[in-house]
Amino acid sequence: MTGVIIAGAAETDRVGKLPGHSTLALHLEAALNALADAGLAPGDIDGIATVSAPGPVQVAHALGIVPRWLDGTGVGGTSFLLHVRHAAAAIAAGQATTILITHGESGRSRIGAARMSPGPSSMPGQFEAPYGVSGAPTAFTIPALRYMKEYGLTHEQLAYVAVAQRKWAARNPRAMYRDPITIADVLASRLVAYPFHLLECCLVTDGGGALIVTSADRAGGFPRPPVHLLGAGESCESPLISQMEDFTESGAFRRAGQAALGEARISTADVDHLMIYDAFAHLPIYGLEALGFVRKGEAGPFIADGNTEPGGRLPLNTNGGGLSYTHTGMYGMFAIQEAVRQVRGEAAAQAGEVAISVVLGVGGMFATSGALVLGRVPR
Amino acid sequence: MTGKAVPVPTPETQPFWDSCAAGELRIQRCTDCGRPYFYPRPVCPSCGSRAVEWFTASGRATLYSYVISHRPAPGFDNDLPYAIAVVELAEGPRMMTNIVGVPNTPEDLVLDMALRVTFEQRGEVSLPVFEPAGDDR
Repeated sequence: MTGVIIAGAAETDRVGKLPGHSTLALHLEAALNALADAGLAPGDIDGIATVSAPGPVQVAHALGIVPRWLDGTGVGGTSFLLHVRHAAAAIAAGQATTILITHGESGRSRIGAARMSPGPSSMPGQFEAPYGVSGAPTAFTIPALRYMKEYGLTHEQLAYVAVAQRKWAARNPRAMYRDPITIADVLASRLVAYPFHLLECCLVTDGGGALIVTSADRAGGFPRPPVHLLGAGESCESPLISQMEDFTESGAFRRAGQAALGEARISTADVDHLMIYDAFAHLPIYGLEALGFVRKGEAGPFIADGNTEPGGRLPLNTNGGGLSYTHTGMYGMFAIQEAVRQVRGEAAAQAGEVAISVVLGVGGMFATSGALVLGRVPR
Repeated sequence: MTGKAVPVPTPETQPFWDSCAAGELRIQRCTDCGRPYFYPRPVCPSCGSRAVEWFTASGRATLYSYVISHRPAPGFDNDLPYAIAVVELAEGPRMMTNIVGVPNTPEDLVLDMALRVTFEQRGEVSLPVFEPAGDDR
């Protein structure tokens, strides 16, 4: 119980290939859509949070918002989950009443986008880049082979993560890829970084999303059903993938996830719907185990047995995920948006009655994590 | 054409790169708690002590995990496909590296295989890479 609700939530009009939008324009479109969803105007906002580029000052100024609370936490794609948690604390402390959180990224078209390569004197620049790391696909993926050896995860089980999520994407008209795929299709797609094939890597798209967080005292005062923040957590591990403590598990996932479940006073059995940031196919596996839905080594078979796909007992990544729906580079906002839609009962691929949804995000390459527990009613 | 990334040392990492130039792999350990660690930094990540020292590692390691990249970083076009590996030094710490002296295929790169350090010139810097240790361990 955090005492706050998500009163407004929306994505940009479209996601995918949007060469006519800059990164800033995507922030602004998402913000205006979320404000409309909440029945609010920019003048109603007194707090703002977004990642460091373009940053809260730029977004606030462009919208004519004069905030009395700012959060520029930029710790990768999970940042927006942290913004929600920080917003809850700020509202509880009386520092703000109505907080706007925005994401926008021209990840595919790169219009007005920030540069991403590490400086040659940074730790990644000195101790990883010289070995030919070429972005996340060739680094975030490195732990997987160790996991496969230790726990017997097969190439087919890893591929099936993409197959299962495509089944959800097929039900979502906004998803970039909707055609059904098989394990054979995944394994026949080109190798990006062995053992990962193209279909086991996320999309690269343009898009944005925004949220309005306010006090739960105001629940019922907005056009859309309130989504209560029942718990939240955050943590981090290593800025270098090579220095991750154990390549078979994410300590950041575990710490953030357990904090969120603990604050919400729920167990995994209470969870109706789950979003796990899937930049690559191994992340849902690491996430399911870190959150405690299955024991170590069991997540691959759990997904391959159909438990997380349509009709399964634990609907996971129901928008199609980063693998099939959209992935701008900082996908966390889209995971929250889908969880909000599911709790409201308005998702394209609605997974039945969702009273409680959990969102687990990752930032950098297993570097940071945030987790949210969202619910239809306070508890 | 852009070449391969060249590390630019900082004061804290300079002794590491100096040791590589001399053909040795020197890393740090804490003189309070005794734990060795990598990457170079002036404080022990285990106990917070500033009493840390450099020592010469054996250069022996095992293959902890890797990917074989089909997506070249700048300057790596002629190396495709190439492994980006993480090795576990005999002393415990792990580091990212490339594997040389063996085809970079899943069949030839077997996890936990024995490796030893060797060095590759990269601009002004000598870069530690690893090769199969063979039978002379």
